[in-house]
Amino acid sequence: MAEPRPVLEMKCIVKEFAGTRALSGVDFRLFPGEIHALLGENGAGKSTLIKLLTGVHSLDGGTVSLDGRPVHITGPLQAQQAGISTVYQEVNLCQNLSVAENILIGREPVRAGRIRWKQLREQATELVTRFGLDLDVSAPVGSYPLAVQQLVAIIRAVSISDAAERRGAGGSKVLILDEPTSSLDRGEVEELFALMRRLRDEGMAIVFVSHFLDQIYEVCDRMTILRNGTLVAEHMVADLDQMQLVQLMIGKDLGQLEELSEHHAQPADGEPLLRTEGLGRTGGIAPFDLEVHAGEVLGLAGLLGSGRTELARLLFGADAPDGGRVDIDGKQVALRAPNDAIGRGVAFLSENRRAEGLVPDLTVRENIILALQAARGWTRPVPVSQRDELVAKYIAALDIRPADPEAPVSALSGGNQQKVLLARWLLTRPKLLILDEPTRGIDVGAKAEIQKLVVSLSEEGMAVVYISAELEEVLRLSHTIGVLRDRRLVSRIANGPDVTAGRVLEIIASGEHR
Amino acid sequence: MSLSSLWRAATQHRLFWPVAALIVLLLINVPFTPGFFEIHLKNGHLYGSLVSIVLFGSPLILVSIGMTLVIATGGIDLSVGAVVAISGALACLVVSKQADQNSVAGVLLSFGLALAAALVCGAWNGLLVARLGIQPIIATLILMVAGRGVAQLITGGQIITVNSDSYSLIGGGYWLTLPFSLFVVALVVVLSMVLTRRTALGLLVEAVGGNAEASRLAGIRSRRIKIMAYVFCGLCAGVAGLMISSNVSAADGNNAGLWIELDAILAVVIGGTSLTGGRFHLGGTIVGALIIQTLTTTIYTIGVPTQTNLVFKAVVVIIVCLLQSAAFREKAFGALTKRRNPARKDPGASVDAAPQLEVSP
Repeated sequence: MAEPRPVLEMKCIVKEFAGTRALSGVDFRLFPGEIHALLGENGAGKSTLIKLLTGVHSLDGGTVSLDGRPVHITGPLQAQQAGISTVYQEVNLCQNLSVAENILIGREPVRAGRIRWKQLREQATELVTRFGLDLDVSAPVGSYPLAVQQLVAIIRAVSISDAAERRGAGGSKVLILDEPTSSLDRGEVEELFALMRRLRDEGMAIVFVSHFLDQIYEVCDRMTILRNGTLVAEHMVADLDQMQLVQLMIGKDLGQLEELSEHHAQPADGEPLLRTEGLGRTGGIAPFDLEVHAGEVLGLAGLLGSGRTELARLLFGADAPDGGRVDIDGKQVALRAPNDAIGRGVAFLSENRRAEGLVPDLTVRENIILALQAARGWTRPVPVSQRDELVAKYIAALDIRPADPEAPVSALSGGNQQKVLLARWLLTRPKLLILDEPTRGIDVGAKAEIQKLVVSLSEEGMAVVYISAELEEVLRLSHTIGVLRDRRLVSRIANGPDVTAGRVLEIIASGEHR
Repeated sequence: MSLSSLWRAATQHRLFWPVAALIVLLLINVPFTPGFFEIHLKNGHLYGSLVSIVLFGSPLILVSIGMTLVIATGGIDLSVGAVVAISGALACLVVSKQADQNSVAGVLLSFGLALAAALVCGAWNGLLVARLGIQPIIATLILMVAGRGVAQLITGGQIITVNSDSYSLIGGGYWLTLPFSLFVVALVVVLSMVLTRRTALGLLVEAVGGNAEASRLAGIRSRRIKIMAYVFCGLCAGVAGLMISSNVSAADGNNAGLWIELDAILAVVIGGTSLTGGRFHLGGTIVGALIIQTLTTTIYTIGVPTQTNLVFKAVVVIIVCLLQSAAFREKAFGALTKRRNPARKDPGASVDAAPQLEVSP
């Protein structure tokens, strides 16, 4: 059977940043009516390849052709006009504008230079309903949860392609979804997949980037695997099982993932490191009682929006509680601000790297040193030699790439940025480390490294609160599991061989257990 | 090749374009003022156009340094001109009430009171911004307007003149053949560099300006840092106020330091510190302030008609700012360079690549 002509073909793509090769001679092809997974570890070149396609970066070598015609994409606008639309990992919407304005931004219906607001709302409502959503399109996007915002971003992207199609601009339709599911819960993922399948059946070519391998196998037809900026393989999804895929991605076999066997049931006794009584915050999380012991990993499981993050923020003093008390080392403490908590040995890795973690202007070194320096106060700078030694040590220990402390942190890939933030907290030698979705949006290899790190930290006596949407991860790492549902801590169970994902899901679903 | 790579390294230095603009501005004066670069020793004092530029530019340099730190935290301080007026008015009032206006103790007392008032002004701004969360431009606008009123209350609506040799030292006197204000500026510059780069204050300021929420979650007391920046800025403006009033031996609540906040903001921007906060460059700010002062001097020496002063100044500032934009330089000169050196393709390409990297966030 002759293969159809690819709608998009990239050949021998080369891209360099300040002398380092992000991509060297990568080929990529995309056929109409398929969902194509683009796979690779962090820093493998996925994001770079996508940014070349969308015109954010310009090519240093190679060719791109759409429908067999060579094209030169010079900017995001040209990419859109050529029929390539993108939804990025981190939602790129204007929070203060309405849903309608966001969907039709740049394409507002205009008469005599004035925006026709009524028609704008009607068009947006029509689009939103077409995609099976029920939203007030005149409400600001920021008033909806992240998951809904993601869907709005997809609607915008798809409707741009639709418009290009209607104008007959070559009829090429490519939709790029960069980690669209990382902040969605199961039901929302299903909704997204249904939408993707419909678009595929209409003939659209979809590039899907995700770190969730199960999702790739559920929805994708074909995949391209990158490693260290080179093309490793292109396969039909049906031809390759997950184990083979992971081996191709990380370039070695999976021993390191397997050796991290389940690790539980070290009974936590004695005086707890941290204890809360009736700690709560209206609209955030109902009052809860919690204990964490030194060397214990407390996993928090629950759906998106169940109050996991809100609970963690109270433990860290990031939000002020309405009532209740916190004891650390047996003494009642007032956590009015993060620096109160940090001073008592608590560290918190936020789920929102960009808004709540990184200072993008600063270098890797400055980002790493920040929390330690803040704890010492401005009058006592970390001595240069000690600083450089510490930074070099953690860059090596966490394998941060590039291993250049002077590199601007904004130039690093997502997984490496996450490691920078982890290093920032490990430097403060915390007694309690709160990790909120530490493995979201990062690759299999880095994920395993972070999980192993958690195990070894807890063996050294550090208490860890581990929040993750991935139940398997929580089950594998935790000694104790706290289950949240509807902004309430409904259950605390000791992990053991009899605790399964099914049982935790049951509690999440029913909210019953004691 | 090594020469051209040296040139490229030089042009990519942060300070290259501001310094180049300063030199060009200075050179423009030469045809209009013969002996512009000459410096004479007269009565044990150094005289010359360059000395005057530094002397008259001293208050602006001080105010700009304070402004740099405030802008680095993501704020802005519009009230520095008013603080200049308050500080000068208070100091002159105190001195004028002394029985012996030349008494050193009386002058020191006046300095102390004026600087205390400046500190209070800075703390007020800091509290409004950091504690009450008012947008900096609005918070400092309050004192910008009200402060002039306070200054006039102090002077009773009059211009207070003083007749004190000790008082005129700080803004108009000489020491070791050099203008005394030069030593004050040098002291403040060294002090602020030590304060920001020898301690961790610079890093913390840049972190707060770069991402306030991330900084808070990293344990930085960002409110305290912001208040410190506004207090420091107020103090700088206070010293500048002493200089300005001392230079003319009078305090004018209405006109002292008028529009100096705008010159200071320009100096900071020309010096390469972004108005959005984050990275700051004190060295750049000093060059920026010198550019503004040279420009003011140039306007007088080349005889630009008074009514077109401001327009002329604006045009030069726009040109300097455009020159600093890598994207603009590439557009304006990129085509030119390529046409002139068609053979030098590879170096040309790498020169082009660098600005793109700067532009991409």
